Amino acid sequence: MHEYSLVQALLERVAQAAAAHQAVAVHRVHVRIGALAGVEAGLFATAFDMLRPGTLCAAAELVINHEASVWSCPSCAAPVPADGALACPACGWPARLASGDALVLERVELEVA
Amino acid sequence: MCDTCGCGDTRIVPVDVQARLLDANDRTAAHNRAHFRRRGVAAINLMGSPGAGKTAILEATARALVGTWRMAAMTGDLETARDADRLRSAGINATAITTGSACHLDAEMVHHALHSGVSDATDYLFIENVGNLVCPAIYDLGQAVNVVALSVAEGEDKPLKYPVMFRTADLVLLTKIDLLAALPEYDRSAVYAAVARVMPAPHVLEVSARTGTGIDAWLAWLGQLRTANAMAAGPQPHARGESA
Repeated sequence: MHEYSLVQALLERVAQAAAAHQAVAVHRVHVRIGALAGVEAGLFATAFDMLRPGTLCAAAELVINHEASVWSCPSCAAPVPADGALACPACGWPARLASGDALVLERVELEVA
Repeated sequence: MCDTCGCGDTRIVPVDVQARLLDANDRTAAHNRAHFRRRGVAAINLMGSPGAGKTAILEATARALVGTWRMAAMTGDLETARDADRLRSAGINATAITTGSACHLDAEMVHHALHSGVSDATDYLFIENVGNLVCPAIYDLGQAVNVVALSVAEGEDKPLKYPVMFRTADLVLLTKIDLLAALPEYDRSAVYAAVARVMPAPHVLEVSARTGTGIDAWLAWLGQLRTANAMAAGPQPHARGESA
């Protein structure tokens, strides 16, 4: 249940952005969560609902963009399918995660007076 | 102006942020890592389920290495200092980090422990994480390597169920291997296949803290780690401009 501490970090980062733009409220928050980020999107959303009252995000919509995991070969750049051993089918190199571990606040939409 | 939903509301200002939510943890982890490197400390983040045998492996390690290498440990648990007590009895300079309700260690807890008297005059620092195959996986502590203890009693499919933890592992210790005599249905090849599906460079050592099986291979792995760590040691910038 580390989602709560991650949402706490999210709210702090959103508050920084809001302060920098003298926002009076936050309209929408966009985050990107990778399939291998180790974060459960449903729990993340629940934590957001529980922690946002009393913050600038009290009425904000949370938009979660899911990022699929993509493996590739660090040697020949060939895609490595994730349905077997994580090694390049062509040259045998251990695969590298090209994307799928993101846990990122992408964008906020702020309400200014 | 809002261009997301097309409402055109002029009071809505979109701001691109692109900030990693674990940024603060990762900065502290980088600080810890630089500190360990400068002091020539091989820091090992030891993870696994409750009861996987993490503490027992460290006790077996101590039995073999006490008097040869200096060993220190931090043990993370929600409550009690029992693991640290066990490790101290085994000859390891151990300190408990009691996390309260937190399900994992983070870089700040390790940093705080270093400032609270955990000796870093050591060759190895074992950071025994909170027993949990989920949450500890995403928190960098500043360690040189991640080691996951997986006992045969947990079944063969745990790597497939907890891929995030195994993806970042440098080594999997398949523990309690002596129990296989009591688990005739256990399929060893299945656990190796499962590890290969989630760990890009799979490396598994079969060990038993009770019988000592495989402990030599584990000690050899630790020896290689120490050599590699010593080669990497050298002047490093102190990331937060303070002494740790």
